[in-house]
Amino acid sequence: MENTNYKRTTTLQLVLAWGFVGIPLVFGVLKTLANAMRLFQ
Amino acid sequence: MKLTSFLERSRTVAGPGFSRWMVPPAALCVHLCIGQAYAYSVFNLPMTRLIGINESAPDDWKLTQLGWIFSLAIFFLGVSSAVFGRWVEEGGPRKAMFTAACCWAGGFFISAIGVSIHQLWLLYLGYGVLGGIALGIGYISPVSTLIKWFPDRPGMATGMAIMGFGGGAFIASPLSVWLMGKFTTSTHIGVMETFVVLGVVYFIFMIVGSIIVRVPPPDWKPEGYVAPVQATKMITRNNVYVYDALKTPQFWLIWVVLCVNTTAGIGVLGQASAMSQEMFPGRITPIAAAGLVGLMSLFNMGGRFAWASVSDFIGRKNTYFVFMVLGLLLYCAIPHTGSVGSITLFVACFCIIISMYGGGFSTVPAYLRDMFGTQYVGAIHGMLLTAWSAAGIFGPVMVNYIRAYNIAHDVPKAQAYNTTMYIMAGLFVLGFICNLLVKAVHSRYHMKSENEMSAMAGKTVGNAAGA
Repeated sequence: MENTNYKRTTTLQLVLAWGFVGIPLVFGVLKTLANAMRLFQ
Repeated sequence: MKLTSFLERSRTVAGPGFSRWMVPPAALCVHLCIGQAYAYSVFNLPMTRLIGINESAPDDWKLTQLGWIFSLAIFFLGVSSAVFGRWVEEGGPRKAMFTAACCWAGGFFISAIGVSIHQLWLLYLGYGVLGGIALGIGYISPVSTLIKWFPDRPGMATGMAIMGFGGGAFIASPLSVWLMGKFTTSTHIGVMETFVVLGVVYFIFMIVGSIIVRVPPPDWKPEGYVAPVQATKMITRNNVYVYDALKTPQFWLIWVVLCVNTTAGIGVLGQASAMSQEMFPGRITPIAAAGLVGLMSLFNMGGRFAWASVSDFIGRKNTYFVFMVLGLLLYCAIPHTGSVGSITLFVACFCIIISMYGGGFSTVPAYLRDMFGTQYVGAIHGMLLTAWSAAGIFGPVMVNYIRAYNIAHDVPKAQAYNTTMYIMAGLFVLGFICNLLVKAVHSRYHMKSENEMSAMAGKTVGNAAGA
């Protein structure tokens, strides 16, 4: 069966998709960075 | 719409106007979830107190018993990626990502039951076997899809996804600790509830990824991209069938290179905390050592993206040459950082080594694509991940046993790791030689196009008629 979904990707879709994975990742990186700073205290 | 139809590869072929930049988030949806595996150790101590609550009771599980859960998961990662690689490639990424989501969430749910009724075998089956299968399928499927979408920058594309695998622990670790804190009471440790919540959250995340993901139409090329007319010496334009790739020396040479790089990385990754405290007694405290582990994790993740992106410019083989030469020098330097008492140098050496460990994982799919083409790269990548499973055994065993041997023979603790470091450096020499021997795959292994097949058939018939 061929795909018939020929919609153009919108900027909003891109922002939502990247935000969906980017926000938790940035949260995790900041948390880890805060822990890593203990090495220099 | 039937679910089976929705999962079909043909339903995931992108239409005109679809942006390929939607695919990396889809890949990250899966890799960020399965990357939780790196944070699994946060459950180990709480699971040794499920009965005793405040301290381990005689019937509580031992750490040695719990250690097998992670080992099983990594073993099944290698096995499933090798066994299901071809199915993943031919069935398409949506089916594979959906299957990985079911196995991953299912693994958590079975483990939750195991914790609830205190049956360890259910954790082996749930997280170890089912979770390990999810790891294998979930790892290779998005990577192979990204390679097809980014023929101009395959290293950067796979680096993005595999970076997610390294980063998954950053989310899972604080999230798991927070959830366990919420569900734990004075008479109950909240591991079971945490497993259930994680299972649900990961399932949703991975399903979103499987809905977003698309494969490019046949012969699709990025706008403005012109594929080189002539294949360069080390980048093929042909494809090699998955089982034929196993017959080539290139596959096994790259297998050894990856195994060496991973052995060296895993060996120090698991021991960094203890090693740093023993090499700098009184100067690196347990809290500072935990900070070092965090810093190394960041370099592990960053290296996955950075080195794979660099490989697009300097080539895969040269990138691995950098890993091998730099790795050799840094491992030789580590004992001296201890003897001169330089914590800065010690930390710098470790962070660079770990960045190359991550970089080795993220660069290898593009290396395989250069050698064997894109058609079966996911399946071949799956086979190659057995090198990871092997390294998962070699690395920790080498570091632990050599250290124990040295301490038993009265070597001071601060110097107990020196021999291991030099052995690791020696491994890099082996890796360097193997990488040096990697040449372009012989044309006899290339898959034939339909025209070539008919021409060959005609020639055979002609020869037979002439004979």
